[in-house]
Amino acid sequence: MKFPFNRDTRRRWIDLTMSIAAFVCVVIAIIPLGSILIEASIRGLQSLSPAVLTSTTGQGGIGNAIQGTLILILLSALVSLPVGILTGIYLAEFGKNRLGAAVRFFVEVMTQIPSMVVGIFVYSLVLELGLIGLGSPRLVFSTISGVLALSTIMVPFVARTSEEALRLVSIAVRESALALGIPRYRTILRVVVPSASSALVTGSLLGIARVAGETAPLLVTAFGNNDWFRGVDQPIESLPHTIYIWATGPYVAQNQAAWGVSLVLVLMMLGLSIASRVVIRLRSVSR
Amino acid sequence: MHFFRWTRGVGRGVSADTLGESLFRWFSTLVALGVVGVLVLIATLLFFEAEASIRVFGWSFLGGTVWNPQPPLLFGALPFVYGTLVTSALALLFGVPISLGIAIFLSELAPSWIRIPLTYVVELLAAVPSVVYGLWGIFVLAPVMRTSIEPFIQGIFGFLPIFQGTPIGLDKLSAGVILAIMIIPTISSVSREAFLAVPDSQREAALSLGATRWETTRLAVLRYARAGLFGAIILGLGRAVGETMAVTMTIGNKNVISVSLFDQGQTIASWIANNFTEAETPLELSAFIELGLVLMLMSLIINIFARLMVARVLRQGEGAA
Repeated sequence: MKFPFNRDTRRRWIDLTMSIAAFVCVVIAIIPLGSILIEASIRGLQSLSPAVLTSTTGQGGIGNAIQGTLILILLSALVSLPVGILTGIYLAEFGKNRLGAAVRFFVEVMTQIPSMVVGIFVYSLVLELGLIGLGSPRLVFSTISGVLALSTIMVPFVARTSEEALRLVSIAVRESALALGIPRYRTILRVVVPSASSALVTGSLLGIARVAGETAPLLVTAFGNNDWFRGVDQPIESLPHTIYIWATGPYVAQNQAAWGVSLVLVLMMLGLSIASRVVIRLRSVSR
Repeated sequence: MHFFRWTRGVGRGVSADTLGESLFRWFSTLVALGVVGVLVLIATLLFFEAEASIRVFGWSFLGGTVWNPQPPLLFGALPFVYGTLVTSALALLFGVPISLGIAIFLSELAPSWIRIPLTYVVELLAAVPSVVYGLWGIFVLAPVMRTSIEPFIQGIFGFLPIFQGTPIGLDKLSAGVILAIMIIPTISSVSREAFLAVPDSQREAALSLGATRWETTRLAVLRYARAGLFGAIILGLGRAVGETMAVTMTIGNKNVISVSLFDQGQTIASWIANNFTEAETPLELSAFIELGLVLMLMSLIINIFARLMVARVLRQGEGAA
């Protein structure tokens, strides 16, 4: 057999080729991200104006969608963060047994349920509760339903990130608190949770980002509304919902405007994502 | 066990601390069990709601090809199951090689100064909302697919049945491409973890025998981490199966089972997203919920399988290190 190069040169060339191929994979993955950001910036900025940001979707603006998304996020966070963090505390502090392992496994499974399924679950739940007299079937399409759906997605996520955050606190910290005769629950609440606070904040921000862009469950719960927020028992508009309706609608002007809404939503998400990084960095600096 | 600890505390006289201790412990346990209870509730409630449809159609629901909301009521899931499987398979076909390339580059080959920023950028792909991918799919990807990529493929492989018909851009192939982009961060980050779990002694052994970096990666790292990679791919599959908005917006929404990838289709999630709120009869609503149940079961089975794979590998890695 005769090769153009000797064997070692050939091996070096293969090494170089594969390194380049792997790098090309990274580039391929970055192209869509760059394209989305560039398109949203260029096409989006043209369709954004103070008037658009302050009027309702009924009038061609997105003010009520921004308001709706903020309300949905805020209420979902109020429900999910305490429940999620407490579940995380259970998993990290009391979960080193079979029950804890089972809970951890199922919480992890819950983070993977398709969001569309969560939507029809909440739809069915509110409908059935309404039929037996708790609430009303009318509440199926309401802010309450939307918050329930987003919380169902957010709680398991926050539980997992909180558990990981609490596990980062070193055993020595716990032991020194316990050695002072401080009871376990006070050690957890006064020492462990505060030491993990920035990681908990990061997890919470990521949890909020996780649901801020959700559309599918809102289609069958919060539904959408062309007016400003009218109460938690009424349907509510949200940024992702506006994007979906305008992007798939027949009017070119609306298609164009959907890019503006996307720009607002993507900036919100990037802001949350960067904020969570900054929190991590602050923590490592303060140490 | 905990119960005895609790009663022992009580027996010694209830101080505020022992009471607080047990209250806190029981309260957090209850909340955690409540969260798991929601999962049970989801499964039971969906099953309860789908029962009417299950009773009427039985197993023929999964094989039925018609969705007929007018009498005679007839509901079948096959076109949606087919669409889900085809788009997910395409997503894996395109997404897996790229994700593995990324994971290899970021964990084995990249110089350290570029690792952290690039890892962060790839993870940002996961931060883009599904509906924004959909918007991009409709107005940026679909035109490119229609005018350049699909005619190009047809020019070369046009004789294959999977590339028949006029390219329209909003079809199964585009939906598959969008899904591939969306599962890249999942697969590449879990694979990277699997690579990081490979003990350095593996790499050192290969390097000391004179292997190049690529040979080290192929012989010492990829082989060692293969079960973890498999888990990562299955996790990506789970993500693709459940994905809704981006697919709904790019697949063209037509209830057909066609071989050509240039033809429109429908997935379980896209069909629910488009038509759930327009269900006309209780039986149709029940059929929709049964579809949701099918989707949930598919995704649960895939995910539990993947978790078990990944967990085994990470444990192995810890044990060996």
